[in-house]
Amino acid sequence: MLWVDKVLGSPGARVGAILNIAFVPSSFLPFLAIATGDFPHTLFYGPPGAGKKTLVMALLRAVYGAGVEKIRVETKPWQIELPSRKLEVELTTISSAYHLELNPADVGNNDRYVVQEIIKDMARSRPLGVDGNKGFKVLVLNEVDRLSREAQQGLRRTMEKYSAACRLVMVASNVSKVMEPVRSRCLCVRVAAPTDDQVMEVLANVAKAERLTLPPAFAARLVDYSARNLRRALLCLEVCRVQCCPLREDQEPQRADWELYIGEVAKSILDEQSPKQLYLVRGKLYELLANCIPPELIMRTLVMELLKKMDDEIKVETVQQAAIFEQRLQEGAKAIFHLEAFVAKTMSIVKNYMVSCGFA
Amino acid sequence: MSGQPWVEKYRPKNVSEVAYQEEVVNTLTRALETANLPHLLFYGPPGTGKTSTALAIARQLYGPELMRSRVLELNASDERGIHVVREKVKSFAAGAVGPPAAGYPCPPYKLLILDEADSMTQDAQNALRRTMELYSKVTRFVFICNYVSRIIEPLASRCAKFRFKPLQPAIMAGRIEHICEREGVTLAPGALATLSAVSGGDLRRAITTLQSAARLGAGHVSSETLLDVSGQVPGEVVSGLAAACKAGGATRFAALQRLVSNCVAEGYAAQQVLLQLQTELLSDRSAPAASDPKLAEALEVLGAADFSLTVGADETLQLLNVAGQINKAYAAA
Ligand SMILES: Nc1ncnc2c1ncn2[C@@H]1O[C@H](COP(=O)(O)OP(=O)(O)OP(=O)(O)O)[C@@H](O)[C@H]1O
Ligand SMILES: [Mg+2]
Repeated sequence: MLWVDKVLGSPGARVGAILNIAFVPSSFLPFLAIATGDFPHTLFYGPPGAGKKTLVMALLRAVYGAGVEKIRVETKPWQIELPSRKLEVELTTISSAYHLELNPADVGNNDRYVVQEIIKDMARSRPLGVDGNKGFKVLVLNEVDRLSREAQQGLRRTMEKYSAACRLVMVASNVSKVMEPVRSRCLCVRVAAPTDDQVMEVLANVAKAERLTLPPAFAARLVDYSARNLRRALLCLEVCRVQCCPLREDQEPQRADWELYIGEVAKSILDEQSPKQLYLVRGKLYELLANCIPPELIMRTLVMELLKKMDDEIKVETVQQAAIFEQRLQEGAKAIFHLEAFVAKTMSIVKNYMVSCGFA
Repeated sequence: MSGQPWVEKYRPKNVSEVAYQEEVVNTLTRALETANLPHLLFYGPPGTGKTSTALAIARQLYGPELMRSRVLELNASDERGIHVVREKVKSFAAGAVGPPAAGYPCPPYKLLILDEADSMTQDAQNALRRTMELYSKVTRFVFICNYVSRIIEPLASRCAKFRFKPLQPAIMAGRIEHICEREGVTLAPGALATLSAVSGGDLRRAITTLQSAARLGAGHVSSETLLDVSGQVPGEVVSGLAAACKAGGATRFAALQRLVSNCVAEGYAAQQVLLQLQTELLSDRSAPAASDPKLAEALEVLGAADFSLTVGADETLQLLNVAGQINKAYAAA
């Protein structure tokens, strides 16, 4: 089992213990108090790797006790009867006697039907009479920010009509993508990423548990690299251990291949601005996409790499273009158009700047 | 069972209990007396009483029993493609009406509530047109939506339209105090004002926030707890960002970048950051009139970013762009 799963893994077998060694965001502390008994529909939001899922499990554990950790994972096709046709979608559910967890956005374009049929049915039926049951059942919905507008619309009345029998616990990393009427129906709980100190603490604890010495200078670099993302920190630590054990003081945190690759793309853009170079970069972008790196992640990482290397004078303009093209990428159908347009635009910004400085 | 959230527990049962929407309430009260109802279209922001009003009308017209056969509620959690409109709505509208229930007006028509109607496709709405014409003698339609522009004109023009307004702080305070009294919750000084401020005219949000805060403070609600559970960005974070943005040429981009990535890592909702940043910029009374054009530019940037976020743009890039653009505006002579 990967270390990251041991600490952040969803089947909360160790949740209690983890919360002791890991951090508890201060915004969450009050919430555990709310959880003693009844709680409203809840939306956890915060950046990736902040530990939202861990906290959901902690919440359920606080309400139902260890029983929620006896889980069953099941992937099966669901039949949905539509007036005009029959539809079959495959969904993975994780369930205990007290809760049921699913990721409705996984079915893509059909997410609306999952909300209208499957989730509504689950919410409507009364909970089973397990003892310790609080009189309502809990549905955990992951990645609600990836749900289409129609699917989110479909949640609205369900959340009101069946609120006595069912509570939704939702998780989102981009809360702006959750529509206002849905947010208005929940208690929204912000989950902050762990601070640098907290990441350091978790790393130290994991190292101790794994009998590993963690050289301070290396640890500091690792914390810096992880940018407050615990998942990133733990994955990287494990990779570094495989590369070189015992860990060395001067060891560099191993960056992921795709990150290095995007770094190269940024360098190419700043080195030379020409149609030929654009063509070269295009090939690299295609390769990143072919390796299933999400286009918005490519865009964001590329901007950050560019900002590290370029002069202050052209940063504002570059970010402005990035904001424009990243939005188009969200609305358009083919990501490559917008990534490439951004690269071309950036090259022209850089070129103009060089000319104005008399460098070119 | 204790399990009913306060928003449902305190949902108005009668039209007259709906707070603040006088125009709607007055017109509907008169219509209910004569049991003569036009087709209706309710629109307005979340948590202002639209669904509650429609359900209250249904209850007052038919009573809880007859409601089941005389009223059909279809919302976005129901499939509402053209197909359903043709079949389900038709068969409901066309069915004969049964005998009236004692003690209620029970007019000789049925009520079809189409909640969250702005999520229906244009095609489905067009299909409804015919149905509406055909059965308007025996059925009244109630359309409910947030955005009236998403309802096709031929449907909208057949209805009496009512706009539901965001609730005024004083009205909201009245409802909140009523609930506090019933639930034995005490409010610290200033808590009411805070609650109005954080819920922006959305009474449902106010009630949910109140219930969470009450649970936290064991029946006592303070401003701090409310701010805690409502997702507000702390004042010093916003003022820090605003100051850096306005510092003009003096600010290095790296400083803006640090502030923005902190906002994102702390998990503050980007739209909330924009909203509070706007308030902060507008509230600067000491700014000379000469800086007005800069302010105007900043406000435009904020608006554009809010729109971008709504269509799903990246939070980090949008916030960074806002910071950069405002900084540029203020740096310009
Ligand atoms: N005008 C009002 N008077 C009294 N209570 C209200 C009013 N508006 C909202 N509420 C409270 O908020 C809850 C939600 O209101 P309602 O369902 O009517 O909102 P809505 O306008 O339909 O919102 P949405 O657009 O999100 O569907 C109600 O259960 C009630 O507790
Ligand atoms: Mg409603």
